Amino acid sequence: MSKRTIIPFGPQHPVLPEPVHLDLVIEDERVVEAIPSIGYIHRGLEKLVEKREYTEMVYVIERVCGICSFGHGWGYCKSVEGNMEIVVPERAEYLRCIWHELSRIHSHLLWLGLLADGFGFESLFMHSWRIRESILDIFEKTTGGRVIFSVCKLGGVRKDISAEGLAEIAGILEGIKGELTELTEVFLEDYSVKNRLVGVGKLSYSDAVELCTVGPMARASGVVQDIRLDGHGAYGKLDFAPVTEEAGDCYARCKVRIREVFQSIAMITQAIAQIPEGDIAVPVKGMPQGEFVARMEQPRGEAYYYSIGNGSKFLQRMRVRTPTNMNIPAMVKTLQGCDLADVPMLILTIDPCISCTER
Amino acid sequence: MSYVTKSPWVIHYDGSSCNGCDIEVLACLTPMYDVERFGIINTGNPKHADIFLVTGSVNEQNIPVIKQIYEQMPRPKVVVAIGICATSGGIFKECYNIMGGVDTVIPVDVYVPGCAARPEAIIDGVVKGLGVLAEKRAKLPAEIAEEKRQASEDAFGAGAAAETSAPETSGPETSGPETSGKEED
Ligand code: SF4
Repeated sequence: MSKRTIIPFGPQHPVLPEPVHLDLVIEDERVVEAIPSIGYIHRGLEKLVEKREYTEMVYVIERVCGICSFGHGWGYCKSVEGNMEIVVPERAEYLRCIWHELSRIHSHLLWLGLLADGFGFESLFMHSWRIRESILDIFEKTTGGRVIFSVCKLGGVRKDISAEGLAEIAGILEGIKGELTELTEVFLEDYSVKNRLVGVGKLSYSDAVELCTVGPMARASGVVQDIRLDGHGAYGKLDFAPVTEEAGDCYARCKVRIREVFQSIAMITQAIAQIPEGDIAVPVKGMPQGEFVARMEQPRGEAYYYSIGNGSKFLQRMRVRTPTNMNIPAMVKTLQGCDLADVPMLILTIDPCISCTER
Repeated sequence: MSYVTKSPWVIHYDGSSCNGCDIEVLACLTPMYDVERFGIINTGNPKHADIFLVTGSVNEQNIPVIKQIYEQMPRPKVVVAIGICATSGGIFKECYNIMGGVDTVIPVDVYVPGCAARPEAIIDGVVKGLGVLAEKRAKLPAEIAEEKRQASEDAFGAGAAAETSAPETSGPETSGPETSGKEED
């Protein structure tokens, strides 16, 4: 029996731009245990509700995470709107869906790039990020920002997209489909990529359920779970089915996300075809009172937004529970017994967003 | 600047940013902006880096990490604070776990404002950093000579054997980049 060694992994390391620390207990090349420690980017932004008015808090919550920034803003708005019983105009709901799905495409492409970088396929990384730039261009054109755009506000959205703008978005998405298909072929068919992904880091269905995994991580293990199915926003009027895979390995997780990119494109196209005319926001009057929990399907999975108001302009408490938080136990589970060389892969396939996790 | 006379290697550390600035830093390296064509490479190893890009503000837990990376970088080195968080704490300034901008821990040479800082601005900041780097490089021999003189003076003053220590790379521990199974390309 070989000696056990502990290898510290992180917080600064080339796999992830974000700091996370893991103590890897290894025996030869095999990881026996992984002990995560987080807290490098804890900011404590939930406490800011005591200093920021509930209408201003949107800007803070958007900065929970720069990748799914729009979704966080929406989640917060949804929670406070529920609190104050505000009915958001239909057009605004559609616009929110469009931006949210665009965020999902951008997030997944970003992840695909990082994954490619993780297994050392640089050109694939570059291509994923190149395609992602066309999505960022859409954001910039429609909202003015590339990653953080503060377009969601209480009662609706801040900016409208003209009919021509919507047609242009549809055109751009149609245009990138071809490139995406090419990219997909490499990710899913390439011999060397498959070697790195297939059968690595298996998470069974029962483990996925037991460890409360969410999002693509759960769906890759066959768990049918997608908060968009509850039909909030305009999702009720769009036709889609959650993407699931059975295998539960890195390859399945990659496949789920690639399929979701195409799904999001289809959903945006549908939304653009159906979007009604009308107002994009309603005025917000009064103060939040009572509690409300809103759930969102972020690119990484289910997120919770809890808010409780006490009739003043400051919320009493605001709580965000983000998807990575829920997926860390599953990550630790898949790390047990893996090869040391696969560690970056396994960490990446949960699509960790540490800044969400620690807030 | 019509010519870039140096291709700096950069190292990036995320203090407590929201990711917005990080992904913009990475976006600089990818095809749309592609600073790699100028030979600018993002390295994971502080000892290879000339420019330290920090996003996000500092907190109790990441101070040692930031300091370690900074100390491990060979001189001359430049620190670029990216985003308003790294500059002053930005939107999170009043959070209980935020101690302020990066300049509370290490000296910062260039500040890139913005929330999120745009890739163009980040590239501008790095180019500006190149100027600072050149200045620092010019001053370095004199600085080292001064340090050596100081050190030998101290040693004589204390009556101990003269020991002129090399000034750079004082951190013996590594912060872990070598252990990730993929060090650098
Ligand atoms: S400056 Fe803005 S975008 Fe950048 S890390 Fe801070 S909050 Fe995020």
